[in-house]
Amino acid sequence: MAIITYRQAIKDALAEELERDENVFIMGEEVAEYNGAYKVTEGLWKRFGDKRVVDAPISEAGFIGLGIGASLLGLRPVIEMMFFSFVYVAWDQAVNNASSMRYMSGGLMNCPLVIRGPANGGTNVGATHSHTPENLIANFPGLKVVVPATPADAKGLMKSAIRDNDPVYVMESTVLYGNEGEVPDEEEFLVPIGKADVKREGSDLSIIAHGRSVLESLKAAEKLKKDYNIDVEVVDLRSIRPLDEETIIKSVKKTNRALLVEENKPFCGVDAQVSHLIQRRAFDYLDGPIHRLSAVDAPAIYSPPIEKIQLPDADVITREVLEMLQVKA
Amino acid sequence: MSKAPAAKKRSRSGSTKKTKSSESDLFAFADAGVNQKMTVEEKLSCFTEMVRIRKFEQAALQAYQKGRMGGFLHLYIGQEATAIGTISVTGENDHIITAYRDHGHALAVGMNMNECMAELYGKYTGCSKGKGGSMHFFAPDKRFWGGHGIVGGQTPLGLGLAYALKYKGIEGCCLCYLGDGAVNQGPFHESLNIAGLWDVPIIYVIENNGYSMGTSQKRSSAHPDEGLAARAEGYKIDWDRINGSNLYEVRAKTAAAVARAHKESRPTVLEVMTYRYYGHSIADANHHRYRTKEEIRHYQETKDPINVWKNILIEEGHLTEEKAKEIDAEAKAEAKESIRFAEESPFPPAFELLTDVYHSVDNPGTHTNEGKIFFNDRLPFETR
Ligand SMILES: Cc1ncc(C[n+]2csc(CCOP(=O)(O)OP(=O)(O)O)c2C)c(N)n1
Ligand SMILES: [Mg+2]
Repeated sequence: MAIITYRQAIKDALAEELERDENVFIMGEEVAEYNGAYKVTEGLWKRFGDKRVVDAPISEAGFIGLGIGASLLGLRPVIEMMFFSFVYVAWDQAVNNASSMRYMSGGLMNCPLVIRGPANGGTNVGATHSHTPENLIANFPGLKVVVPATPADAKGLMKSAIRDNDPVYVMESTVLYGNEGEVPDEEEFLVPIGKADVKREGSDLSIIAHGRSVLESLKAAEKLKKDYNIDVEVVDLRSIRPLDEETIIKSVKKTNRALLVEENKPFCGVDAQVSHLIQRRAFDYLDGPIHRLSAVDAPAIYSPPIEKIQLPDADVITREVLEMLQVKA
Repeated sequence: MSKAPAAKKRSRSGSTKKTKSSESDLFAFADAGVNQKMTVEEKLSCFTEMVRIRKFEQAALQAYQKGRMGGFLHLYIGQEATAIGTISVTGENDHIITAYRDHGHALAVGMNMNECMAELYGKYTGCSKGKGGSMHFFAPDKRFWGGHGIVGGQTPLGLGLAYALKYKGIEGCCLCYLGDGAVNQGPFHESLNIAGLWDVPIIYVIENNGYSMGTSQKRSSAHPDEGLAARAEGYKIDWDRINGSNLYEVRAKTAAAVARAHKESRPTVLEVMTYRYYGHSIADANHHRYRTKEEIRHYQETKDPINVWKNILIEEGHLTEEKAKEIDAEAKAEAKESIRFAEESPFPPAFELLTDVYHSVDNPGTHTNEGKIFFNDRLPFETR
């Protein structure tokens, strides 16, 4: 296994799929000559040329719609959002058209499209640039959403997304791009879409998280073990839709307590759905109410130290677990 | 709303350019009414204002590089004559809205350096209490409606401001700025159609600095030979192209557009040819990869808007090198003071996360309102 960055893992996935299937192409702002605003596509234009890696004007509605149209003819467009916050200017294409092609045609059409890019707060770029729309997009039947937290998952999920015959939204994070981790070397390393991953085994409480919150939860888990001998299990959803109900339920049935953590806003957030699922299928196993931690329910603030407070971090998670287990900090 | 008579003359850019060029003749537009009327004080004030923008940006750059602020920093250096030239011909009923490269416009409308610098620092004393940051300055009391981070997002908003003026029967207009990359956003084209169709008094000012991030204008836009503004032809909207190095020309052509908006309630699209000296944002450290150092130097040496204006004023006998240096030093001191102010200001208290989200929450009792509006199970800070 090689140790590579999250950024490199995505780049490798893109390169391998470009190599493997000539119908795959990458399109987005600054993805080619500039090597990507966050350097995720670095070197790909040089290697694959103008046809496969395409710089687009700042016309998201235009090129996402183009991606949908091209996918109908069997191409496999991978559209980069410089930030996922910019998908909103293309909302009709991204959610309305993309979600309904297969259904409205009675299954006559495939829409093998990937829209990928960073969707995170925490970088002081203000309310318009800090959206995490995984819950919004997962609200549309017909669309799939994955949120990898580690380099291995980023690579495996990206490759699966590109091979999927429906629109898949891959939400990355600018904060994670530089993180390193082990990634299997084999060319056919795929992570199935819709499979959660127990990132840490434990018996006292289940933390269920996605995206960067997984890493903050793991940090909290280490501290809880070291300082309080508490064994927390951390379940990484990886995929928002489809959602791996079984892994979630199994974990909660084992630990009897659930804390849900996400950087998304609370109202109709992903964890609202997860919470419903747990009470529906594991109510009798719960030793206490399900707790949720999410971003403070307001637009993303710019002020750097205050934005830090806005997002749940390891300290806040640790405190919440202690409170749930009624352990004095 | 009654329809104003449609303007008869459409494009005039091509012909203007052939007869008059401030590129070869600095004074080509000096005799325009709006420039003839200029007092010496006004001329010097335009110089001072441009220098203030540059000094502010230079100070911000230093602070950013020292890690004193977060997020992005998009500098206006090189483009100063656009904000100052256009805004200096507006009146009390004219409104301004722009994109994220907004510091120049903010200072041009009269926001002070302290509130702007403090905003960059994310401080409570910032113009938006530290909530907006570099891309999101606002001063409605100065008819400045931001500072908008989403490319092209401000273009329908500007249309709406202008629409509201007409609705209220006010003889005013809105100047809405956008970049050469932003012209390819759908909402801009939808706005142009509405503006042309309904006689909305909006002036779109395309600040063509040659690049949208690392993409040259050539690689991003299909357009007629006459340039980006000429796209307005398709909507029967008047347009013009401006040499952004020459304040006289910026003022003359903007004044014509303002008059058209005021008198005929007709829109205009202006394309100002300008240049940014720094990267797209300061994070764009590799901007020498997509353009040459010579290209940047060429602009700095021959087209710098502040230098060009300085030379004009020296030639007219209103300014000396000495006096220019004094103005420069004063602006620098003012910028330095704004850094001190920002450094010493406090960050907003955490409870401010939940203010300014809803009027009804901030002003209890002024609305009929029930039900839960925020959904925090627990807040990681003390509420007020
Ligand atoms: C809808 C949207 N897409 C992409 C971006 C990212 N972005 C910010 S500025 C920019 C380039 C814009 O260039 P231009 O309009 O020429 O303005 P300039 O930066 O030169 O002032 C891009 C792509 C964004 N903010 N909003
Ligand atoms: Mg530009």
